[in-house]
Amino acid sequence: MDQKYILDSGKYLAGLYDRITYLGDIKGSLAWGRLDQLLEKVQETRNNIFEFTEKELLSRIRDLEDRIRFFEERVAKTLRPIEIVNIARSVQRFTLQDILENVYDSFTELGGEGDCNIDPAVLVARATLTRRVKNRLYYHQVMVIGHEKGRGEEYRNGGSAKPWGNEKALRYMKVAETEGIPIHSYIFTPGAYPTEDYPGAAQQIARNLFQMSRIRVPVVSFISEGGSGGAEAIGLSDMRLMGSRGYYSVISPEGAAAIEGRIKEGEKVPQELVEHCAAQLRITARDNLILKTIDRIIEEPPLGARRDDFSFFRKLRYEMIRATDEVVLKTKSLRAFRAYALKRQARESRDSSCEDFDIHIKWSLSDTEKARLLECRSEKYRKIGKGFRQLRTSLGRKMEKARDSLKQSYYDIRYGLLRHHSRSVQKILEEVSSEGFIFLKTVTEPMRAAYDFVFPKPESPSATEVFDPFRRSIFVQDWEHYISPLANEDRTVTCPNAEKYGCRDLWVPDLYGEFCGVCPSCGHHFPLEYQWYLENLFDKDSVKEFNSHIASANPLKFEGFDKKLKKAKKRTGRRSAIITFDAAVHEIKLVVAMLYSDFRSGTVGCAEGEKFIRACDRARTTRRPFLAYIHTTGGIRIHEGTLGVIQMPRCTVAVREYIDSGGLYMVVYDNNSYAGPVASFLGCSPYQVGIRSSRIGFAGPRVIRETTGADVPPDYHSAKNALKRGHIQGIWDRRDFRKNLFEAMMTMGSPHLYYK
Amino acid sequence: MDINLNDLLRQYKSHPYEDHHIDTPHTGVVSFRVKEGQEVKGPSGQWLHRPGTLLYILEREKNPKKITSSFTGKVASLRTELEGTFVQAGERLLTIQHKLNRDEIIDRILRKVLHIFRAPQRARYFFTPETVTFLEKETEKGLSVSTGDEIIIMSLMKRDTFLPYDGPPGIIYKVYFQQGDLVEQDAPLFGVCLPEKLPFVQKVIQRIRTEWDD
Repeated sequence: MDQKYILDSGKYLAGLYDRITYLGDIKGSLAWGRLDQLLEKVQETRNNIFEFTEKELLSRIRDLEDRIRFFEERVAKTLRPIEIVNIARSVQRFTLQDILENVYDSFTELGGEGDCNIDPAVLVARATLTRRVKNRLYYHQVMVIGHEKGRGEEYRNGGSAKPWGNEKALRYMKVAETEGIPIHSYIFTPGAYPTEDYPGAAQQIARNLFQMSRIRVPVVSFISEGGSGGAEAIGLSDMRLMGSRGYYSVISPEGAAAIEGRIKEGEKVPQELVEHCAAQLRITARDNLILKTIDRIIEEPPLGARRDDFSFFRKLRYEMIRATDEVVLKTKSLRAFRAYALKRQARESRDSSCEDFDIHIKWSLSDTEKARLLECRSEKYRKIGKGFRQLRTSLGRKMEKARDSLKQSYYDIRYGLLRHHSRSVQKILEEVSSEGFIFLKTVTEPMRAAYDFVFPKPESPSATEVFDPFRRSIFVQDWEHYISPLANEDRTVTCPNAEKYGCRDLWVPDLYGEFCGVCPSCGHHFPLEYQWYLENLFDKDSVKEFNSHIASANPLKFEGFDKKLKKAKKRTGRRSAIITFDAAVHEIKLVVAMLYSDFRSGTVGCAEGEKFIRACDRARTTRRPFLAYIHTTGGIRIHEGTLGVIQMPRCTVAVREYIDSGGLYMVVYDNNSYAGPVASFLGCSPYQVGIRSSRIGFAGPRVIRETTGADVPPDYHSAKNALKRGHIQGIWDRRDFRKNLFEAMMTMGSPHLYYK
Repeated sequence: MDINLNDLLRQYKSHPYEDHHIDTPHTGVVSFRVKEGQEVKGPSGQWLHRPGTLLYILEREKNPKKITSSFTGKVASLRTELEGTFVQAGERLLTIQHKLNRDEIIDRILRKVLHIFRAPQRARYFFTPETVTFLEKETEKGLSVSTGDEIIIMSLMKRDTFLPYDGPPGIIYKVYFQQGDLVEQDAPLFGVCLPEKLPFVQKVIQRIRTEWDD
């Protein structure tokens, strides 16, 4: 042993040097515990290594090592959340390249190498994994997708994926789907790179989530550093693993501190506040396991695994194989899975060598198994992230359930079974009559009469009926019954475009009354309260709210948030930032979800996500169009931490199921729509429209300036620019909203909708 | 083109400022936010999106409107007696004196004495190859042009158009663009000096260069 020390003393001292700097990384500075002095001593020993006798050197090294070990133990004992963040961000932490080299047997990087790459922050590789079963080797092919933080290389942006990087990830996910091989995704990102350049950070993440929610191969993800939207872009999976010294969070602790402390741009965020937020956000692996946002923790050494920790890589390899096995087995018959689970448990209790497997499981799936996989995924996401309160008794809940199932069967019969038959009969009749055999008319006429008797025409209006200008104009609207309370002031306001277009000052009662909050000369839309839309967009008295008993809560027990929540509830008289209701536009019934600004700036948390999903499901059972009207959304509610983030994939899964079942999902953005919701369940809609003067984007100008260091033009997020970039499909005037919405419902959507 | 350069120079020397008068855009009650002699700044930022210094607030119909400075300079002749009173539209409230530096004065003088040839539309502009070689060789002498000479090429959407010079004959004194620059419509391309005025202009410019201190 001693001999080894002497021979490798240079290498050994370099190792000690790294261990001290690593401790410095964790603690935030080398000043802690006088680490800098210790470092100096190591450096001195390194420089004068040939001045010492063997004995001196040996005792010196031993002394240094003892002291370092003492420090390491002390740090490990009192590891705080902010220190875990520091571990996850340390340059000495393992990266995806290390995993590819050590966990997989061979790999081929796809879509570029190093900096010759569309986005070096996202790494994609075809890799091979070996499984040893009783001294026989089996090979698995997998698609590895992840972020590369980059061993200090600048061009990787520290693992912040640009939109085109996420697009690359999605492209290769589809390749994996075609080839039928599982996807292993590794998340090492502090967040997505905030840029609106095509395809746009938010839009691309939304597209990724939309596709991943129904990707027909097993997906297993591993989180080391999971920063909100960037993590979700490749993180929607059947099994989510997490390193015990990783973090998974809705926002960086610094960002949360800046928001919580209302720190002005350019000012320094106090360290204590950052630490406080890191603790409050529940970002560690253990917290996330309790919140059920992850499925399993992979244990790392007390101070985190580093790039040369080969035993950790062995464990990771074992866990990745095991997780993929489980996902695959869940799609198979229950008996086989049970047998496997029992076997595994028995073995694990025996030893923890993490080397051998008892059985070989093939990772390719049949069609029925694929269907089951998607079912499992949907179930999994619908189960998690339920940190809301239900203000209803258990009896009420049971009644609700019974009503739901009744409704389901009613609509299935009315619009499914009966309509299916009526359609096929109609089709035959049409085909027969189109042959032009007039003499057949005598035969078909009684048949048609009989058909009309059995299947009477639906009461809802058909397209021709409503468009007939003689009977009814779609411009007839009963506007005047609601006038915005903003109009009750006797004063004037100036249009923000007055300098550019010479708009005249507007008298407030005119502006908010007759002009509907629109500048008559330039068309600028002044913000209006959400009630205006409730009253003017839909048919009179058609708005029927549901699920209002679901209330926002404080699932993380975030300090001070209860008070804020109470205040918001008192101010708005509502329980969450979303209103879901049935409504009608020109007698076409539809389901609407409306995020509004008065309640915590329209941020999305567990209650909002749940209400959105229930509205989505309601639209699916009743076969109605589904409109998401976004009065304002400020993103995911940071006070609900990862429970909020998980609403992104959750709601996207529900939306995907609705769209796949033939629904019409439309999103209309108004005022300000940013961040998480836009990057998931809103951005994935095929029909997205902005109201004039609205702003749509991923990150606000301040966040862009702070993360990328580049300034953005003042109209960067405007609806007009969003349209130019192809993020939305049109810009509507507020006054034409009702008309356009009706037209959209008549012209878009599949025949699956009830009125078609 | 008959401008007395000495007068012009004397004028600039006695009052080296450019005055921007600030008048009210409409009626209202004025309350000033600046003091006499205060330095104010114009809009800043890459897109001039950060407004300049707040000059005064004009309130009409309970609509207080913030009027910010569009120029950088010093506040002068501030009419403090109007503070808190109702004023008519077009009432002069203050003047912003922008102190001209050496280059700005030269530029202004040149624009007065030279005949400026402007870009007819937004496009890329080039001198013809012969002109370029001439300009490179004869840096001292300067290129003389006469009416109708085609010395500039306008390049737009892969189409090159020769533009004839339409001013009085003279010598190209100043070029405002680089070869192949994208020039906005109506921006100056080059200035032509009448041959008889050339020595005098050169002398004046030289004098400003040496004598003027910023």
